[in-house]
Amino acid sequence: MLNTYVVHVENKPGVLTRVASLFRRRAFNIDSLTVGRTEKPEVSRMTITVDADRDQARRIEANLYKLVNVLLVENITNEPSIVRDLAMIKVAATHEARSHVLELASVFRARVVDVAPESLTIEITGTEDKIDGLLEVLRPYGVLEMVRTGIVAMRRGKTASAVNTAPDDQDIAGADVSYSV
Amino acid sequence: MKDNTPDKGMTGARILWECIEREGVKDIFGYPGGAILPAYDALKHSKIHHVLVRHEQGATHMADGYARASGQVGVAVATSGPGATNMVTGIATAMLDSSPIVCITGQVGSKLIGSDAFQETDITGVTLPITKHNYLVTHANEVARTVREAFYVARSGRPGPVLVDITKDAQQTTCDFDWDAAKPQLPGYRPDLSPAPEEYEQALELIHNSKRPVILAGHGIIISGAMREVRDFAERAGIPVALTLLGIGAFPAAHPLNLGMMGMHGEAWVNHTIQEADLLLAFGMRFDDRVTGNLKTYAPNAKKIHIEIDPAEINKNVKVDVPLVGDLAEVLHELLPRVETIDRSEWLDCIDKLKGDSAVRDIQNLPDSGHLYAAHVINDLWRETRDGDTIVVTDVGQHQMWEAQYYKHEKARSLITSGGLGTMGFALPAAIGAKVARPEAEVWVVVGDGGFQMTLCELATIVQEKLKVNIAIINNGFLGMVRQWQEFFYERNYAATPLLNPDFAKLGEAYGIRSMTVTERSQVVPSVRAAREHDGPVLINFRVEQEDTVYPMVAAGAALHEMIRRPSKIVETAADE
Repeated sequence: MLNTYVVHVENKPGVLTRVASLFRRRAFNIDSLTVGRTEKPEVSRMTITVDADRDQARRIEANLYKLVNVLLVENITNEPSIVRDLAMIKVAATHEARSHVLELASVFRARVVDVAPESLTIEITGTEDKIDGLLEVLRPYGVLEMVRTGIVAMRRGKTASAVNTAPDDQDIAGADVSYSV
Repeated sequence: MKDNTPDKGMTGARILWECIEREGVKDIFGYPGGAILPAYDALKHSKIHHVLVRHEQGATHMADGYARASGQVGVAVATSGPGATNMVTGIATAMLDSSPIVCITGQVGSKLIGSDAFQETDITGVTLPITKHNYLVTHANEVARTVREAFYVARSGRPGPVLVDITKDAQQTTCDFDWDAAKPQLPGYRPDLSPAPEEYEQALELIHNSKRPVILAGHGIIISGAMREVRDFAERAGIPVALTLLGIGAFPAAHPLNLGMMGMHGEAWVNHTIQEADLLLAFGMRFDDRVTGNLKTYAPNAKKIHIEIDPAEINKNVKVDVPLVGDLAEVLHELLPRVETIDRSEWLDCIDKLKGDSAVRDIQNLPDSGHLYAAHVINDLWRETRDGDTIVVTDVGQHQMWEAQYYKHEKARSLITSGGLGTMGFALPAAIGAKVARPEAEVWVVVGDGGFQMTLCELATIVQEKLKVNIAIINNGFLGMVRQWQEFFYERNYAATPLLNPDFAKLGEAYGIRSMTVTERSQVVPSVRAAREHDGPVLINFRVEQEDTVYPMVAAGAALHEMIRRPSKIVETAADE
């Protein structure tokens, strides 16, 4: 099954390589990986989806923790969470098709971000399913180009990710995290 | 005591040695070159003793041997590019055997990085999957903290190699040095884990309900320094102990509860015991494929308790019932007072019966019939050196397995060998590191003729450093273990395994090492005695039986109890003589 991890890492050069290399070396196949800044300048946040069974999922978590630069790993697969993917879709839209495409976009609450004589570019944010749905209905008009960011995810409600990066608090950091696997 | 007031204007190179010295290091192993020259120049300000090696691979194995003999972090130094890449095998060896070493490499100037400058290699990229952690340092003011972090990471938790790549300009430029301010900043690194209370309860319940338990004793016992705790636990609970290759020495060979080595070339009764057990207590071992055989048929009736410091090892190869993640000595401290003594004499009698025919088949009990068998050489070496503070350092192959079978180790850190990676060429340099770490110990290299030739250049290091290291070459003119596999699994097609060797005794003499050749069993003990009495290094070339075989053997992928045994025909023939 597809597992979704939120991985908080130190914002240092080479950390992305370390994480990606871990998955390659242990032969776990990454489905999607996104990385970006967070509310703390010293912390970057990755959302990683991996196809893994339960045992593998635990080993992935344990192996991520072995990387010195990894601060916190949350497996949010079964947690209430908000998951978003962003896509830009360039659709062939001649004069007569244009209004149909615009209608479809509005049904999906997507936005048109570029209009050209022969095409429309639509931006859509949502779950992967929703984007897949829009793509499906646009395909007959001719999808000229498409790009997706891969998912970003966040737990609903309480913030489990109280990441402590203060150097003097090493003993306290992540004290609520269970290492028993 | 060091003065702790900050020093003004020290070069990165001086800070490097100052920090390494403060970490307690007295000896380092290295080879100079362009990008590390500022550091070498600054050595004159330091009390650190530098051992000049002949190849950077040797430096890493020496640091590794130093670490395994002493439990302290070993340090290897090399220049950029080829110097650094030559370390790769040694780093991978230390990684697989959880050995704490810190490798310092020079790097081209920070402005040249990425330009394919002379002797530039992305060594942090190269070693990323084979180090516990690594660093690229581009400023002098990062040197102190990085070195402190490197030592801390290398020796804490599950130990391992850490590489610190320092650009030439970071070595040359100056900055203020303040040891106290350069504390490690590792917010994500948490090496101190301990099990939950209910996990202890579950473990105790399994132990108390077990009729046929076995302890699987691994390298983690030695790393944790839990020899006393394991012994107390085994005695109190009355549980026999089987050893992994790297666990040898963790439990005394002469102890009544000691079974011996398990696995591919383990004793037959040990493997049978594991297969028939109803509970395995894995202490600091990782269920390597060399000890489990086929996982589908491994210890089918046994519950498993896994005490292990690295959570990523839990359920990796073998699914366990109760994992206790933490430092072994601490976990056993918790368990020990709560373990009940249970009479297990029925189980121990059953194991004794399993030993029956193995003793008959054992080559140690066979007459030599005029041949020189490696097993006899090793057993004679053991008899001669058993009483002293002896460290045997083995390479990889048949001799390594014979040593594990016929040299009885009573103490931890008395056997040093490359287990996980199986690195040929390990023994000679690792022995140098062991001797430097423990000069009072008697160090014996037991090495095959193949592996010896991979790193024999380090003979010069032994001589230059005036080290008393004795070398026993088990010379059968073959890459023996590979030949054995060809014998069993490739219809005796000895492709690329016969070796045409130089005269090793003459070679030793050329290096200025007293050397001899032994071809008969009657000469073994006198040669060992002569070597021990000589106050310099000695090389003995034991020309042993060419096509001898390590028995028993669990073929790769076979079930642990399906062993290839020494043919009984040979046993009878020998018994007739």
